[in-house]
Amino acid sequence: MANTPDYSWPPMETRKIIGKPYKRVDGPQKASGRAKYTSDLKLKDMLYAAYLTCPHGHARVTSIDTSAAEKATGVKAVLVIAEAGKELQWEGQEVAAVAATTGEAASEAVRKIKVAYEVLPHFVNEADLSKAGSHGKAAGEKVTGDPEKAIQDAEAVSEGVYGIPVITHCCLEPHGCVIQWQGDQVMAWPSTQFVTGWAGVLAPNLKVPAANIKVKMDYIGGGFGSKFSPGAWAEVGALLSQKAGGKPVKIFLDRATELQIAGNRPSAFGKIKIAGNKDGTITAWQSETWATGGFGGGGQPPLPYVYTNIPNTRLNHVSVSVNAGPSQAWRAPNNQQASYLTCSAMEDFAAKVGVDPMVVFDKNAGYTPRAEQYRYQLQKAAELSEWKKLWKPRGSEKGAVRRGLGLGVNAWGGAGHACTARTTINPDGSVLLEMGTQDLGTGTRTIMTQVAAETLGLQMGQIKLVIGDNSLPPGGASGGSTTVGGSSSATRKSCINALTKLFEAVAPALGAQPEELEAVDGTVRVKGNPKKSLTWASACQKIGPGGKISEIGANEQRNPMGLNSGGAAGVQVADVSVDTETGLVKINRYVAVQDCGLIINPRLAESQVYGAIIMGISTALYEERIMDDLTGRMMNADMEFYKLAGIKDIGDIVVHLDIREVNDKRGVIGLGEPPAIGICAAVGNAVANAIGVRVPNIPITPMHVLNTLEGRKA
Amino acid sequence: MNSTKDSKPKNAVSRRGFLGGMGIGTGAVGAGLLERDAQAAPAAANVVGPGPVPITLNINGKPVNLTVEPSVTLLDALRDRLDYTGAKKVCDRGVCGSCTVLLSGKSVYACNVLAIDAQGRNIETIEGLAVGNPISTAFVNHDAQQCGYCTPGFVMAAKGFLAEHPNPTLDDVKNGLGGNLCRCGTYMGVRQAVLEAAKSMKGAKNG
Repeated sequence: MANTPDYSWPPMETRKIIGKPYKRVDGPQKASGRAKYTSDLKLKDMLYAAYLTCPHGHARVTSIDTSAAEKATGVKAVLVIAEAGKELQWEGQEVAAVAATTGEAASEAVRKIKVAYEVLPHFVNEADLSKAGSHGKAAGEKVTGDPEKAIQDAEAVSEGVYGIPVITHCCLEPHGCVIQWQGDQVMAWPSTQFVTGWAGVLAPNLKVPAANIKVKMDYIGGGFGSKFSPGAWAEVGALLSQKAGGKPVKIFLDRATELQIAGNRPSAFGKIKIAGNKDGTITAWQSETWATGGFGGGGQPPLPYVYTNIPNTRLNHVSVSVNAGPSQAWRAPNNQQASYLTCSAMEDFAAKVGVDPMVVFDKNAGYTPRAEQYRYQLQKAAELSEWKKLWKPRGSEKGAVRRGLGLGVNAWGGAGHACTARTTINPDGSVLLEMGTQDLGTGTRTIMTQVAAETLGLQMGQIKLVIGDNSLPPGGASGGSTTVGGSSSATRKSCINALTKLFEAVAPALGAQPEELEAVDGTVRVKGNPKKSLTWASACQKIGPGGKISEIGANEQRNPMGLNSGGAAGVQVADVSVDTETGLVKINRYVAVQDCGLIINPRLAESQVYGAIIMGISTALYEERIMDDLTGRMMNADMEFYKLAGIKDIGDIVVHLDIREVNDKRGVIGLGEPPAIGICAAVGNAVANAIGVRVPNIPITPMHVLNTLEGRKA
Repeated sequence: MNSTKDSKPKNAVSRRGFLGGMGIGTGAVGAGLLERDAQAAPAAANVVGPGPVPITLNINGKPVNLTVEPSVTLLDALRDRLDYTGAKKVCDRGVCGSCTVLLSGKSVYACNVLAIDAQGRNIETIEGLAVGNPISTAFVNHDAQQCGYCTPGFVMAAKGFLAEHPNPTLDDVKNGLGGNLCRCGTYMGVRQAVLEAAKSMKGAKNG
């Protein structure tokens, strides 16, 4: 076997491009409106699709008549999705679709479709479990140790009820695609987090070989976990295209449908009991939780979160089915709910025993898988938030506006996914880097370019990068914070493999052995002898006219060779002020201490943390899918009443990335998800600390604050 | 709370009272705009539609002819009938700002303006700005974008804002850009980008 090249990252102090805050390479295209997202595409003869969706929470189609729509101006294809007799389980479920020459004509035709429904009973609100009846399904009980005895023996027991609602992804670019089906060939431009795998999921539905489905995507306007699969719309778009004689069809959900059916994060509610000693040591945990993720029910958040080794635990969970759109993965699935339930209950226990929560979280760190890391981070977060100066025991703030501080913790994997990159070096010195991955706005293009430039000893501008095409070497799904580890490792390996070939071509001219060469500062030279060197351009000429070097490199999940790893921890502190007369919560400052591995680009890494926190503040204070018991419909399927935080609502944010050599040695670790986890927890705890009582339900709206202060149930 | 408690019974807010309360601030401005729009409204003889009508839009200084139904919004005309796709269709209801363009120098939500009503006024879209214009450049410098879908709207809103507030404070920026929403969470960068753009645009003027 030939020697395996050394793929390891260059030492921290010798890096020239990795670790530097380069601006994102596609930044100017995006910030000037030139970047073409899939929803911006306009192809020759392209048709526009519109959906007719179910207006009821639960109904059966008794008749459907599309004749008027078919005759309408501009209409080229009409597709019935729900035939008479079909039972629809949520508002927004697709009934029919139309493709027409303009979007307006398609919408107009949809209005001409006549559908009669038999309205059936619905159940849409799971917050009150006693009303769920047969819609709830108990998961098996899990017990460790002897929780009853531990609770009996405890010096203190705290109890609380907590709830975090269903929220929607609300991607700014809705779900959809442009798709063209001609004969047995399909060309698709999706808005997806998984360019490489998209065709394979769609193929069986169309009964077309996956090899015949070409997929291209340059830019995506947000996904957050909801855009892995092609979705039903890709299939519907393809069928409309086929019916319309193979014309391309643009099919994107309108905003209301986007919020109703395109993705949401499951809720989680829980009655939680924590027992322990007066010094803050926890000895037992008992939780009864319930959740929904739509008609299919809702999974159990991993409890107790982070503090997984609390010795005596009893866990019960009920999965509740509601008549509402299905959930999708949401930036750290189940972790936000678990963090909220756990950290809220721990803060309530701290208040019960009268111990500073910073002490309780620290004292019990032995129950976490990475005690030293959490202890270090708690201390750092306390320092940056001026905890010792600003924190006061719960309820000691008086006056109309009260200030409080609260804690939240996170944990995530983030090891690189399997993927393959290809590096091509041409005789003219130009370099092409290719991978069937995608850049969600996390900066994948930029970090891949940095890794290639660093490895080949070139400048950023000398690397041409192509991604977003399923004919390229396979990329992974951009989920689970796995992209940065996977794509950077694959890039590194493919570049080193290509360099190895280049060194073989160049070695004779430098009178040296290939393994004695290095590529540095735009030259190929003999290690330790800079005089024996060729410029990059002259070195590449040795490849010979008509030749080229093209080498792949793959990240293997089983053997990442130290290039990437998983396991990130984080601690965050919210500092809020609550107006007890209006119920308004204001974020003063938000501190995030984030564990990370090797950081390829600190500017982009910091942006990920800022973004995660801003999204989290939005969910903590504003976001909630509101379902109407009477009609079974979503009452805020728009952006006026489904609230997102704005530029004024987020306070000041302080990010501390824990860049140290000890962490750098762990290789690259994904950062998109961990900092997004603990925000509801930290904000909720800060509000409880400020006003002296727990506001059980997220989002912490004025209504919830005032209800709590005045002793009303939510 | 007791000292400021309103003596009126609950639900007693009348429409007139509500508008009166608004009068000092936004109400007065709003009334002025309504009046101006009413004067500019076409006479009854100019009623058009519902079928397609030829119109001329002045986009980035150039007249563009197209034929649209009077019900088509400026946003759909720009994006679907023409190829100005920098403005994005997100909420489609005048909330999120992703479709912001300048109309006679003022930022508007293009989804809330009918294409026929935009005739005779100067429409500025992000395509009218150079790729390396100072505002977009500042957004790149401060990484004020992730997926980037809201960014062109933010850039145009910033242009409209800076025209009226050439020396903004951080608080001015927080208030002035409040009409645009971002899902990836880029506001920290946007704040700094708008402040930098204000400085660099002034520099350009003086130089």
